[in-house]
Amino acid sequence: MYANLTMIFKFYCVRTGDSIFAAMSVLLFTVIVLVGAFLAGFVGSLTGLGGGVIIIPLLTLGLGVDIHYAIGASIISVIATSSGSAAAYVKEGITNIRIGMFLEVATTISAIIGAIVTVYINPGYIAVIFGLILLFSAAMMVRKKIDRSDNDTSGKLAVFFKLNGTYPTAHGAKDYAVHNVVGGFVMMFVAGIISGLLGIGSGALKVIAMDNIMRIPFKVSTTTSNFMMGVTAAASAVVYFHRGQIDPGIAMPVAVGVLLGATIGSKILVRTQTDKLKVVFAIVVTFLAIQMIYNGLSGKL
Amino acid sequence: MSKEIRNFFADKDIQVILGTLLRVGVITSMSVVLVGGLIYLFSNHANAVDYVKFDSGKSGFSSISAIFEGLKALDGAAIIQFGTLLLIFTPIARVVFSIFSFLIERDYLYVLIGLIVLSIILYSLSDKLVG
Repeated sequence: MYANLTMIFKFYCVRTGDSIFAAMSVLLFTVIVLVGAFLAGFVGSLTGLGGGVIIIPLLTLGLGVDIHYAIGASIISVIATSSGSAAAYVKEGITNIRIGMFLEVATTISAIIGAIVTVYINPGYIAVIFGLILLFSAAMMVRKKIDRSDNDTSGKLAVFFKLNGTYPTAHGAKDYAVHNVVGGFVMMFVAGIISGLLGIGSGALKVIAMDNIMRIPFKVSTTTSNFMMGVTAAASAVVYFHRGQIDPGIAMPVAVGVLLGATIGSKILVRTQTDKLKVVFAIVVTFLAIQMIYNGLSGKL
Repeated sequence: MSKEIRNFFADKDIQVILGTLLRVGVITSMSVVLVGGLIYLFSNHANAVDYVKFDSGKSGFSSISAIFEGLKALDGAAIIQFGTLLLIFTPIARVVFSIFSFLIERDYLYVLIGLIVLSIILYSLSDKLVG
């Protein structure tokens, strides 16, 4: 049964491949991917969704690239954007480096597990999982955020691991306490598996772990999650690299485009209201997600 | 109280150095990728692309030794891969730096946690995990 499915899958790939790639040169491909990656990085940073979740559908649905190559290229762009923006955040003193390091134990192990497992899974199933994560991310993007942080330092593990901290606000330094360390650690493990499996930063899952479970203030959780993303992505990138999933011809335009787009996006973000953009974009992402799931189930990816 | 203040300043220094390290890593590696990309486009621009089916042996630059061989020949693809390797090493260098900074702060629990994270990544770097 499985052999049959892969046979059909290969047949489809060759057919779609012939039609799309017959006339495409390296130069044209590079230009298209560069522009697409730039837009993905730009919109990804404005909406907080990240570039990877947009560039993978573009490469697979739009250009017929094998999802394993798309994943390899995407993870490189995740390292570039997260390291670039972490550089700015860390200097402001909002990032909690201890929370980051502590949770990286979970995310690096699970990211490597995800990256090892990913080639043994039928690309169709990966596309379906990807679509589901996209739907979830879209919902997370438009939902109303409720800050549940407080300064109740009763958590024993949080005290032991020195996770409670302070962050600068307009009215001086503000204290906060971390809750449910075990629950957050487990959720981070799940986020790492998804990150390694799909080559994305899985920011939506990290937000669940930090905002909802550990009840860390938004400013601290977004910057710290971003800070961790680079190391998490590097752990799985190493596995992809050895396997030959990082192809220079795709990784180059994707990384350059996403990084440029995200950098410009973050400059504009400071003086723009993004609520309407998020709703519009949630609809686009939902459409992409359904496409990914449909193509995954019908064996076209 | 005075100890707390000193720690705060030490933390601030570390954060500034960390930020600079990350920024320099990203700028350097992406510059290398760009240079490699231009050489790659110059010599390959008219070739047809074929990424329809994943083939682990196709890119040819999936080990550090193969990349260094390609660098000697100024191969564009090898230079791009060298840049992506530098990019992958940027957050890893950040972990190494954090371990030293926690050592200076005498926070041995976090030296240990940092070493755990580092050894997980180094283990995956050792190429034993890919069948």
